[in-house]
Amino acid sequence: MTATMQNSDRQPAKLRLGMYWASSCGGCDISVLEIAEHLLELIEVADIVLWPCVADFKYATVAGYPDEYIDLCLFSGAIRSSEQEEIARLLRLKSRTLVAYGACAMDGGIPALANLKSSADIYDAVYHSNPTLQNPGKTEPQPHWTAPQGDLTLPRFYPQVLRLSDIVPVDYQMPGCPPVGGQVWKVLQAVVAGEVPAHNDAARVGCDDRSVCDECHREKRKTRIGEFKRPHLSIPEPNLCLLEQGFICLGPATRAGCGALCTKAELSCRGCYGAAGRASDQGTAMLSAIGSVIDATTDVQAREMVEQIADPTGTFYRFSMASSALKAHR
Amino acid sequence: MPQVEKVSSPPVEVPRPWEPRIIAFLCYWCSYTGADNAGTARLKYPANVDIIRVMCSGRIDPDLIMSAFARGADGVMVCGCHIGDCHYIAGNHKTMARMPIVARVLQDFGIEPERFVHEWVSAAEGEKFARLVRQVTEQVRQAGPLDWPGRMRQRGVGHGQDLRPWGDAA
Repeated sequence: MTATMQNSDRQPAKLRLGMYWASSCGGCDISVLEIAEHLLELIEVADIVLWPCVADFKYATVAGYPDEYIDLCLFSGAIRSSEQEEIARLLRLKSRTLVAYGACAMDGGIPALANLKSSADIYDAVYHSNPTLQNPGKTEPQPHWTAPQGDLTLPRFYPQVLRLSDIVPVDYQMPGCPPVGGQVWKVLQAVVAGEVPAHNDAARVGCDDRSVCDECHREKRKTRIGEFKRPHLSIPEPNLCLLEQGFICLGPATRAGCGALCTKAELSCRGCYGAAGRASDQGTAMLSAIGSVIDATTDVQAREMVEQIADPTGTFYRFSMASSALKAHR
Repeated sequence: MPQVEKVSSPPVEVPRPWEPRIIAFLCYWCSYTGADNAGTARLKYPANVDIIRVMCSGRIDPDLIMSAFARGADGVMVCGCHIGDCHYIAGNHKTMARMPIVARVLQDFGIEPERFVHEWVSAAEGEKFARLVRQVTEQVRQAGPLDWPGRMRQRGVGHGQDLRPWGDAA
């Protein structure tokens, strides 16, 4: 980045900022606005050269940019279709620094939970068996369609949700669903000041190697779980560890950086910052953690306890299915 | 351990019939000794298991099990000391609580329950170990090849196929 800032052929030497959304909800775009009044400072030093959420940029415009034209590209969302893959490749070419921004781009996020279903199941749910649908003609979108006016095309739907790093090399990963405003501003400040860490293959920024438990104010008493509870059925004790109270909290397996926002609001950690430390599979890390605190003395008791966990796979891999060892349903 | 003779690879590749490949994680103090017991008692069991010895069944990170399947194992066995016999007092209590969750998660991923077996085997239970291996090999054989890497390749996308830069469209 330092080299970028010193580029002499540029008048004025403003940072060129891009942001793109692939398979994403738009929350990551909003998270950039969470820097609030700092947005004005950002606009003073940076030009926005691509941001479909807030301004109209055509893909052809981006394709017309010289290579590495975009100094910093924040790419949010997972890869689910051929269009998203194509744009990911285009933006890699046009960006000096490409950041997998948010849980979806980094680990697949919520969209990757669909990896537990086949494309046929998904099409069935979306176009046929959904109770709010009327589709008597069993119409499904086709990648190619010949209309009287000419050939029409749609992006292909991929059988599996992929991370950005499955498609192109990424320079940094910034976790969160979405990344919290304070961390976004810290990272942007570092970029503006040219103080970003050396390009390290997919180094994580805007977070911390420790786990959410390290940031959480709640007290751990090393008690074992005798019963699992669900947040809509019981009210947690304030200031005591949620996991020890029986609420499934992904804090032990989740990377710190958010400031333990959810546990401050009496909610369990949902795990959006991805696997903590050097663990690669957040789900199994959480599974191990839960296993060590279950209070059972026989196999039967252990199985009964485990039966109480509603949807362990969806809970433990809520944001990281695309980064898991198994990655998808058979 | 039996001596393995080194043989040079044959010059022509002969397609061999599929054989189940089962990874067995055994704890050092009981189950591995149990497997050894089966060997010294000259009990026969299929050669389909690849044994990985770990110090305690509580050390078997579920990630190891998932990775074994992800890298092509057809079945996985996890064996440890009976409850109460753990050399480290409570290591196997953790295994006991983790393995039922692993089994549920594996089912959610579409891996049949027959492919994952968790059983306690003591140092004296060589006969039980041999029987278990025979039984697991048979049920995995019935379930057929899992071939996770191949299935993921099938599910994955052909990257870079029919892609054209947007600039060329005009």
